[in-house]
Amino acid sequence: MTTAHTYDAVIVGAGGAGLRAAIEASDRVHTAVISKLYPTRSHTGTAQGGVCAALGNVEEDYPEWHAFDTVKGGDYLVDQPAALLMCEEAVDAIYQLEHWGLPFNRTTDGRIDQRRFGGHTRNHGEAPVKRACYAADRTGHMILQTLYQQCVKRNVRFFNEFYVLDLLMDEGRVGGVVAYELASGELHVFHAPSVLFATGGFGRMFRVSSNAHTLTGDGPAVAWRRGIPLEDMEFFQFHPTGVYKMGILLSEAVRGEGGILLNAENERFMERYAPTVKDLAPRDLVSRAIYQEIKEGRGAGPHKDAVWLDVRHLPREVIEEKLPDVTEFARVYLSVEPTKELVPIQPTAHYAMGGIPTDVEGQVVTGPDETPVPGLYAAGECACVSVHGANRLGTNSLLDIVVFGRRGGKHMAEFADGSDAPELPERPEGFARDMLDGLMNRREGANAADIRSELQESMFDLAFVVRSETGLKKMQQILGGLRERYERVFVQDTGRTYNTELMEAVELGFLLDCAEATVAAALARDETRGAHYREDHPLRDDEHWLKHSLAYRGPDGSVRLEFKDVKLGPYVPMERKY
Amino acid sequence: MAEEPLGDVLDDSDGRRVGAGGKVTLALRIRRYNPDVREDSWWDEFTIDTEPDDRLLDALHQVKWYQDGTLALRRSCAHGICGSDAMMINGKNRLACKVLVKDVLPKATVEPIRGLPVLKDLIVDMEPFFAGYRSVLPYLINDEGEPDRERLQTPEERHRFDDTTKCILCAACTTACPIFWGDEEYVGPAAIVNAHRFIYDSRDDGADERLRILAERTGVFRCRTTFNCTEACPRGIEVTKAIQEVKRSILFERF
Repeated sequence: MTTAHTYDAVIVGAGGAGLRAAIEASDRVHTAVISKLYPTRSHTGTAQGGVCAALGNVEEDYPEWHAFDTVKGGDYLVDQPAALLMCEEAVDAIYQLEHWGLPFNRTTDGRIDQRRFGGHTRNHGEAPVKRACYAADRTGHMILQTLYQQCVKRNVRFFNEFYVLDLLMDEGRVGGVVAYELASGELHVFHAPSVLFATGGFGRMFRVSSNAHTLTGDGPAVAWRRGIPLEDMEFFQFHPTGVYKMGILLSEAVRGEGGILLNAENERFMERYAPTVKDLAPRDLVSRAIYQEIKEGRGAGPHKDAVWLDVRHLPREVIEEKLPDVTEFARVYLSVEPTKELVPIQPTAHYAMGGIPTDVEGQVVTGPDETPVPGLYAAGECACVSVHGANRLGTNSLLDIVVFGRRGGKHMAEFADGSDAPELPERPEGFARDMLDGLMNRREGANAADIRSELQESMFDLAFVVRSETGLKKMQQILGGLRERYERVFVQDTGRTYNTELMEAVELGFLLDCAEATVAAALARDETRGAHYREDHPLRDDEHWLKHSLAYRGPDGSVRLEFKDVKLGPYVPMERKY
Repeated sequence: MAEEPLGDVLDDSDGRRVGAGGKVTLALRIRRYNPDVREDSWWDEFTIDTEPDDRLLDALHQVKWYQDGTLALRRSCAHGICGSDAMMINGKNRLACKVLVKDVLPKATVEPIRGLPVLKDLIVDMEPFFAGYRSVLPYLINDEGEPDRERLQTPEERHRFDDTTKCILCAACTTACPIFWGDEEYVGPAAIVNAHRFIYDSRDDGADERLRILAERTGVFRCRTTFNCTEACPRGIEVTKAIQEVKRSILFERF
């Protein structure tokens, strides 16, 4: 059975970007938010350290300094007009959140307090600057709560625990989405002239990840299957300080407040890699430095595959007042007392710089000439504007979701207001129905958990912080095998009520799509830039590679690549030193 | 086996793939319910090989992924922030991702949280819980018009409601409350916590309205101060204290 709905605007995902878009769109047009989780479960809530804006509350600062840092941090793959715009709009976006009640930490004179964060500097790299606005180490939690509260106030219509499985298109125009209701096993067709994807990342393709189990790239994969390209998929951020083995994020704010990294010889090794900003270098550089230390035998622990995060010298009140959650993670998951002991960490898969290509209005664009797809929008981690380039700076993801969530929501509402959705085909749910039937009707075959575990394990070995042509080719072969086995996956649960096993199998298919695009783009890019480190090509190559990749799914399931120019601006690419 | 020394966190195990080379055996007793299969609930028992530093959530995944795919539970972030996986573990409301295997060895009994309708296995209907949340006007109320910059608030004013901003709406407190079990009209501890977060925010003007709502029969005076809520909160919020503060405000400030 299928239920039909008609809306002007359909937003898929209810994290920061989706909720911010919903506030904007629901004030203007008939809007539905479809989310596979209850909104407050979204991964925005786990962001810790802060959200940057050049408020200048604590130290002199300007949006232009912020934009420079963003471009340099992204290793010049950032589209500079978009970064300048984001950093300009950051200031009002933060005030807006404050006006909606976000409980920022305060200075003694009552203004929003600010602290240091990796890669954020005064006057184009002179020294670290206090730019990150924060609410203890639960800034993302407070942003998610505040945006959800505003949606409750506005009576936004949510469809919770609905999984979007397909995007409906008609001659290049958007016609809506098909979603699976977890509670009943029913398919729902949402007929709408505008759709915005805000489904977050896909870090679950790696074994060690800070990402939630649910971050499986649903939005990018659904769009990809309908011919939409994915941009810059080779750029995935590995955050230097994940809880050893588990990958749980320990915020960069720990280093912003004065925490340092030590190798097995108790040496503060970042002094050698980034003499000016040391432990507050951007994440790609710190993660690579950790790998170098481990490679040269200075890793800590019995396997010599970790380094230490040291906060023992910080004042007790800084640890308890400004970093309470991070401290608790070390206590709960490592049985380590950070005020007295060193915390073992290793890089963890954290953030997708790439995703569905959009312009600064959130509108999805395809091809080197950026042809818009009428009615289709994306915002947040699943999108690629591109403001993060080859390596995102800490805090800029929370900024991205509020700035481009707002822009996307506004633009989609303006687009939808007065335009009708194209007519739907006779059986709009057909594609989704066939996919589910395939999984449900097999009574034997491959185990999805085995495939997922092998995917995560091999991506961690071959496509993580350090990559090479040999490794990536091997990864492509492995992916081919996993894809074959995926075609034979079966589920034990054939029921209709809360069939989470079925949805996990579907999510695995999305993850495989994202991994295929990632590996193909990583193999093609034979240079090192930002988070994409090729040990066989260790230098940046602006002559050939100052361009974005666009991965398309070919009819036979292979990946086809195109490239488009980076939008430059005031900042001329130069060597990246910190 | 449970008495084995657990060793340093950097122990000699490779990776975190449970099952392969696991060091401890955990017995799980799980309360099941599946309306597609039968009308009443039942108990299932599973035995898994796991590592002592694994989360109970990892153990439940082990069951779901390798023994019984029909087991249904909610989870997402797996480190105690998203609030999806509140369940009753050995009789206490906990997040499955914040309980380690070594803390429950050799066995754990897992049930859905109480007082909300069970829909399947460990999944309950959260709608009554969120209805309670929505009833207390959980958003900033301030009609004075927005200044060009931020509203000012001193660190002390900010600190006044810090504790209750931590709430992740997991429902562990509300579903640990014996009053809530017996009276579905009671808004429950989590809703009061979220009202508290705004009542004591110096920027908010909606306190009177919220206190009026919470002074009603369904509000704070249903609380009998059993402290179950405080004990259950995975975020360490002093829930009972927050409820008492709201009671005092109704009694001594409002009228």
